[in-house]
Parts: sequence; C-alpha cells; structure tokens
Amino acid sequence: MTDQDFVLLKDRNIETDTNYASMPYWRGVFKRFFAKKRSVVGLVIVAAILVLALLGPVLSGYTYREITSVVDEETGKEVVARGISPRIPWLHKLLGKEDYTDRFADKTFLFGTDDLGRDLWTRTWYGARVSLLIAFVTIIIDVIIGMTFGLTSGYFGGAVDGTMQRFVEVANSVPRLVIVSVLAIFMPKGIGLVIVALLLTEWIGMSKIARAEMLKIKELEYIFASRTLGAGNFGIIFNDVLPNTVGPIITQVMFSIPTAIFTEAFLSFVGVGIMLPQCSVGSLIEDGFNNITTLPYQIVPPIIVLALLMLGFNFIGDGLREALAPKLEDM
Amino acid sequence: MEEKDKILDIKDLDVSFRTSAGTVHALRGVNIDLYRGETVAIVGESGSGKSVSMKAAMGLLASNAVVNGGQILFRYKNEAGEIEEADILKKDKKWIRRNINGRHMAMVFQDPMTSLDPTMQIGKQITEGIIAHLGVSKKEAEERAKALLEEVGITDAEKRMRNYPHQLSGGMRQRVVIAIALSCDPDLLICDEPTTALDVTIQTMILNLILKVQKERGISVIYITHDLGVVAKVADYVNVMYAGKIVEVGNVNEVFYEPAHPYTWGLLSAMPDLETEDSRLYTIPGSPPNLLHEPKGDAFAARNEYALAIDEKEHPPMFKITETHSAATWLLDPRAPKVEMPEELKRRIERMRKEAE
Amino acid sequence: MAADYSAEPILKVENLSQYFKVSRDFTVKAVDGVSFEIYPGEVYGLVGESGSGKSTIGRAVIRLYTPTAGKVSFKGREISGKLTNEARDELRTRMMMIFQDPMASLNPRKTVGDIIGEGLDIHKMYATKEERKEKIDNILKKVGLSPEHYNRYPHQFSGGQRQRVGIARALIMNPDLIIADECISALDVSIQAQVVNLLKDIQEETGSAYLFIAHDLSMVKYISDRIGVLHLGHLLETGTTDEIFANPVHPYTRSLISAIPLPNPEVEKKRVSETYDYYTSGIDYNVGSNHLIEGTHYVFGTDEEIARWTGKAGA
Repeated sequence: MTDQDFVLLKDRNIETDTNYASMPYWRGVFKRFFAKKRSVVGLVIVAAILVLALLGPVLSGYTYREITSVVDEETGKEVVARGISPRIPWLHKLLGKEDYTDRFADKTFLFGTDDLGRDLWTRTWYGARVSLLIAFVTIIIDVIIGMTFGLTSGYFGGAVDGTMQRFVEVANSVPRLVIVSVLAIFMPKGIGLVIVALLLTEWIGMSKIARAEMLKIKELEYIFASRTLGAGNFGIIFNDVLPNTVGPIITQVMFSIPTAIFTEAFLSFVGVGIMLPQCSVGSLIEDGFNNITTLPYQIVPPIIVLALLMLGFNFIGDGLREALAPKLEDM
Repeated sequence: MEEKDKILDIKDLDVSFRTSAGTVHALRGVNIDLYRGETVAIVGESGSGKSVSMKAAMGLLASNAVVNGGQILFRYKNEAGEIEEADILKKDKKWIRRNINGRHMAMVFQDPMTSLDPTMQIGKQITEGIIAHLGVSKKEAEERAKALLEEVGITDAEKRMRNYPHQLSGGMRQRVVIAIALSCDPDLLICDEPTTALDVTIQTMILNLILKVQKERGISVIYITHDLGVVAKVADYVNVMYAGKIVEVGNVNEVFYEPAHPYTWGLLSAMPDLETEDSRLYTIPGSPPNLLHEPKGDAFAARNEYALAIDEKEHPPMFKITETHSAATWLLDPRAPKVEMPEELKRRIERMRKEAE
Repeated sequence: MAADYSAEPILKVENLSQYFKVSRDFTVKAVDGVSFEIYPGEVYGLVGESGSGKSTIGRAVIRLYTPTAGKVSFKGREISGKLTNEARDELRTRMMMIFQDPMASLNPRKTVGDIIGEGLDIHKMYATKEERKEKIDNILKKVGLSPEHYNRYPHQFSGGQRQRVGIARALIMNPDLIIADECISALDVSIQAQVVNLLKDIQEETGSAYLFIAHDLSMVKYISDRIGVLHLGHLLETGTTDEIFANPVHPYTRSLISAIPLPNPEVEKKRVSETYDYYTSGIDYNVGSNHLIEGTHYVFGTDEEIARWTGKAGA
C-alpha cells in the first residue's frame, strides 16, 4: 500500500451502466435440465430407443415382414424358423462350449422369432418406429390445432371464449372409446384410424394449456406496451404471446407423446389399429399375448420398449417443466 | 453491564448460495449488534444481503445456502427469566423452530397476506402459537388473543377473532400479523419492510403501533428497509449494507447528519425531501454488483465517483469515526485526499438540521 | 423546456369515468368523473393510494381501456370514442407509456434491440436496417446503456437497467406525451433517482409532456409542475405543486402530505401526522363541485365543506 494508492480515480465512465446479471435463458434451462439425474436418464432412454428404432431393423439383416426359412437338403422342403427363442450363436458357444444343432444354428435372433418365423428384434424396432412416428405426427398436428384454438379463445375472451370453451367441454365429454367405435364404422382399420382418433382427442389438452398461458400473459405489461405502440391482434398473438408459451407447450408435448403411444398400443391391441403385416408396439404386444402360452418370450421386448418410452418421455417432461419455469432460487 | 444487555450479536457472518448459475456470495462478513430495548435498521438495496442476514438470524436460510463462517449469538430470557445464549448457526432447524422462532424471535413480513393463512379465522391463527409455545389452555389463549388484538388497536376484538384475513383491510391485516408476532412475548421483533405494501397514510399508523408496543414491552426491533423515511422515524442505530457487507454503521443522527460513506451520501440524496429544488438529484450511477462475480477490492468502487486507486485492490476496513459511528471507505484513511460530500447533500443536511431545531 | 400554458392543452380529460363490471349486479367505479388537462412540456403528477384509480386513468387515456363515459382529447383530436385511423396513428405514435414493473414490462423472449425497435417496426419508421440500428443505438446511449446491450435479453439486466430499456422504447418514438405509470415504485431508492433524473433530462431535451402517476409524494413534488390528488376514483384537489404543498385544502390531501416519511430523524421522531378516514369523515365524493381556491388551485367539495376547510366558515 503506497501513497499513490490514495488518489482519486479520474476519467472513468461510470455513467454508462455496463453491469449485467445472469446467464442467457436457454443456457440456464440446459443447466437446470441436466442437473437433474432423472431428466438425464429419461433423455438417454428416449435417445437410445430412437437410435435403435432407426438403426435396429437395418442392422439385423432381416426385414419386418420377411419370413426366415431354409430349404432342407434331404427332403427339399422349406423349413421356417418358427418360434425360435432368442439366440446369439457366438455367445451360446462361449458360455455353453457347444454350438446350436438345429438348422438355424448360424443365425442370430436377438429377441427370437415369432410363430410365423419373423425376426422379433427387427419387428420390435420397426414397431417402435411406427409408434413414434404416429405419436410425433399426431402431436405436431395437435399442437397446431390446440394452440390456434386455445390462443384465440384466450385472447379474445368474452363471448368468443365462452362459445369456444363450451365446444371444448362437449368434445372433452365424449369418451375416446366412443369416438373410436364411431370412426371404426366409417374408416378402414389401420394407421389412418389411429391418427384420426388421436387428433380428435389430444388437441384438447394442448388448447387448455395454450388458453391458460394466454390468459396469464395477456395481462402482463409487455402486452400492454405492444398495444400502446399500435401492434395488432395478430402481432400480439404471434410475436408476443406465442414465443412465451413455448416452455409449457414443449412440456405438454413430452407428456402427450407417451399418451399417444399408449393409445395407439391400446387400439392396436384391441384390433382396430395397425394391420398385419405392419406392426407397432401395440400390435406386437397383441401378438405376444396371443402366443403367450407357446412363445412366452415374444411379449417381453415390446412391453419393455413401451414401458421405457413412457417412462423416458415422462422423465423428460418433468425435467423440462422444472428447468423451464424454475422456482425462484431463494436467498 | 453492557455485555449483559446485548441481545443479538452477529459476527463475521459469511454466507453463499449455490444456484444453477454458480455460487452467489451473498454475505461477505457481516457484523451487527443489537442491545435490549433498542431498534436497529438495516438499510440497503435489493440484493444487498439485508434480508439474508436476518433470515440467517432466524435460522430460516434456504436449503441451497452455505454458511462459510461467522457466529449469530442470540441471548434471550428463558421460562425462568434467566438469560440464555444460543448460537443460531450451530443449532438444528427443528430446535430453532421449537424454541426460538415465534417464541423469542418473531417476524413481521412485507405482505401480510403471505404470512396469514387465508382459510383460518384470525383468532385461531393467534391462539395457535400461544398454545404451542406457552402450553396454556385454549380458553386462556383466547383471552390473550383478545387482549393482543386490543393492544394492536383493533376495535371489536371479539368479533374480529372470527373474521378471515380477506375480510380485513391491508392495514388491519398487518396489525393482526403484529399481534401474532407479539403473542408469545418475544425478545426480538424482526420487521422486513413492514410497511412497503401499505399506503402512506396507513404506513405511519403501523410504524407508530410498532413503536408503542416496543416501548411498552421493552423488546428489541430490527427493521429491514430501503425507506430512509421509515429509518429516520423508528431507528436508534442504522446499518447501511452494500453487496453483502456493512459499509456504514452509526446512531441515526450520525448516519443522517454526518454520513461518511459515499454510498450513504448517494442514498440520502437520492430521496428528495419536500424542499429539494435542484434540477438534478445527486445519485449513484450504475447498478449494484452481481455477487455471482465477486468484485475485487471495494464492491462499491465501480459506482463511486470518489473511488481511490486502492479501492480497486483492497476492501477498506471499518474506520472508526466516533465510539458508535464507523464506515468502510478508504476516504477516511489519513493518507486519502480530503473529499467532501456533494454540495446538494450538504445543503440538504443543513436544511434538515435547521428544521430539527 | 418549461411548460407552455398559453398553448392549447396537449391532453384534455373531461369527466372521464371508467367502470368495470365484475358481475351482473356489481360494478366497480374505478374512476368517476375526472377532469384535468396537460399543457405541452408540462409534468402533471397524479397521486393517490392503491385503488384510487390513478393507473386506470393512465390506461384509459392511452386507450388500453375504452372509457365508460367522458371525453379525452389528445392534441385537439378526440381519442375516447371510436378511433378514426388518423386518431389511432396519432395516439400510437405520439403518446407513449412507461410501465411499473421492470420485470413484466419487457417481453422475455425479445432482444433489447427488438423491444426498443418495436414501435419503429410497427409504424415502418426507417428506410434501411442500418438506420434502425443507428436509431436504437443512439437511444441506448441516451438512457445510459451501451449499444453492446442490443442483442441481450431482458433477464440479463438489473431492475434499473430494464426500466431504462422501457424508457428507451417510449422515447424512440419521440412522443409528445409520456404516461409514466408508477414507473419508479418498483425500483431501489438510488435507481429511482437515476430514472427521475433521466426523465427530467429527456424532458428538457425533447420538451415532451408527462403524466406522472405515483404514490410517492416527495418524488411527485420534485418532478411535477402541477399535481392532481386522487382518492377512490375522484379527483379531490388539483393545482400547481406549490399551491398544493403550501396550502393543502382537502383533508385527504392534508393527511397525505403529513404522512410523507422524511429522512430527517429529529423531525420525524416528533412528527404527528393527520389521519383521514373517508367513511367516518362524513364527506361524500358524489356531491359537490370544483371550487377555485387561487390561481389554478381547485378543490372538490360542497360549498359548506370548502368554507370549513379554508377556515372561512363563520369568519
């Protein structure tokens, strides 16, 4: 410490306020999301299933509708690989010190084959792909319908809101099974029916969230600010409100995906969903259920995949909800 | 004798918070003394650590808080009327909740609605604490509650006991909160911005009420506030806080009439009195530091137009001005150049002194 | 620039009422028959406690609400009824508002540059992108921020800095009237003074008029040329700042002024403030008329009340 230290500091620009606080919003969201073990587990599960759904069928060397068979040299007859339990020849040799002795001794069936001789590994991941695809397509359409409906209803309020909400109540009060039954009369069974059934029911939850967000946000001062600057209704809904509903909507999507997958599985299980030889997680479970006494291993993979998908998306949804709207870290 | 009367002694309290953005060093060595029957005001801007230090004293720190060091010695009269001492930081939360909070230390918060249960009759809210802490019968507790409501200036006490919080006005609610705080005859009352949410006319009434019960019961009061008008009205001693440190402490006349720290200068002149005619208010530029990035040297230097070179290197110690008055600014070092408070403030203080005569 | 009282008032509010229907048989009369005017370059302070209707007046004037009754004219054009396109353009570009809550008044998903530039964007007030950027940079500097802040988001700023962004958003339109709705009450004391200084500087430079809405009388006194005292939706007393503070007539005004906390311990400890309770005072805001006391000083009440308050009763 010298006397030079005791001079007034001069020529500093202290009038410009350059002090700023926290980190960017999205970085905070990422940090909070990854700080929770559960959300990371959910993310890993979903990512793994996505990768397997994309690559699994390709890697196996079979296709989902291919019946594996060999021609018996002695009889000249075709022998189908029916009901072969899961096998990995090199692993079997390593553990049991002997090779398989049947005709399919050199073939790998990670999850075994079904009663028609199709590779279940391939079918499981192909089915997961179909299920995810159905879920994503319907959710995207539902988000668009639900948000448009909910935001409009919430923004205009009054009589508009009243009418639109009565409509939602009516739509919401019809049980999904009734909708499906009616649809099944007019539509062929299959993917189309599943998607339409989901579209008719899932948008309601989305619209409720969008409306609630709109009711909250439209009373905030930054909306008033836009109005005093002369922004129109369209501008306010799309530039001011919409970007601020992203968080809750993404969260809702994460919770809707498992519902959609489960609904699809249910519809396929009761026989109005995916039709053979197509498959989805649900139809695979139905198959497995039918063969449970003869081929008990068949039902295990699709059930595990279904359970993991639901769990994974729920974990991610939970994690996102907390990461996007942190409770104030109190001090 | 002096030692015996000290009711709260906070020594070198150092607290940080783990947040998702990093560690926030909220308190960086805070010292606060309070003697029985006296009133201390802790003044500072939001984020200065004034609320955190009192939450620490109540044992109410959030779960992400880390106490890096320090002591909070609280001396209270136990059931037998003897003085007992406890280091709040060393006791577990359960013990504090059972033996200190609400019993020997009570708190009045800014918004009465948040401290009252909207679904419970106010009579019940008062008697609840009395029964839990003092173990008296329900009937006796109700008698006491009625007396308390009368003491805090609520007429028709018997009828009001059966009201719910939403049936009362803001000022009435704050009176009820004060009644609850007083219900177990505490040694120390901590008021966190008790009047900020109220209208000016009601504000004075509430402050007068607190002053009255304090005098009658001889309890000590700590005010946490940013309103210097409130401080001037109620406080005996003032602690000015900035960025997690006490920067100036003194009795109320010293701090208001002879402020020594440039931050206090800024605070005092930022609030115009009714005679201020200057075309500009003298104020502190910039905004308070973010304690995520702890500043080197004096945290106030970046906003201080009287900053010295040394401020950027080392934090100033507390320089003693009188027995009760000290300030943490290098301007008080004998080697520092002589710097006077801004002209506007000087004129203001002169005017204040004249009015006071 | 000082207020120009010889000119036509820039804002004229006549018998403005704003009711809100809560349910079929319950209507809140937030504002009831309020009249005042603001002259070019003038700062008009509107004070009152919470629920007095002061913010409602601001919002009704800038047409966030549609007034229930009464007439509001801005620069000689009526803006209280159905808006013509011209009137709307005038209103949306020449009258601006600064809001109370620095946290809620900025869209968290927009950059500071886009927040400030919103008015320019809506009314297409620039020819090139460079011109827009330059205008915003200049405003940022004027309000004490740095052009580097252009791409940052609101939550990266402190409360005071955000309020500066809010001021910049209003200021960039170069308005004739700025409605400052409790724009300092959510800020810390030292930051309040910064913002008030900034508002004063702007006023000197641009000559815009302010409707300064607040509950803090000492700040209102400091910044305003004239003051209106509002209670329960009624304007009780109005006049120049000096007239009101030197000679408060209405008992409500008197109690307000006597309750202002002063940072002067010796005085404050001895002071006894006047109390006022409308319900026990026997005063009815629904009867009476405006009485001229002196100059521009008007008080609302019955003849008998005014005589009593001014000490002329029986004298």
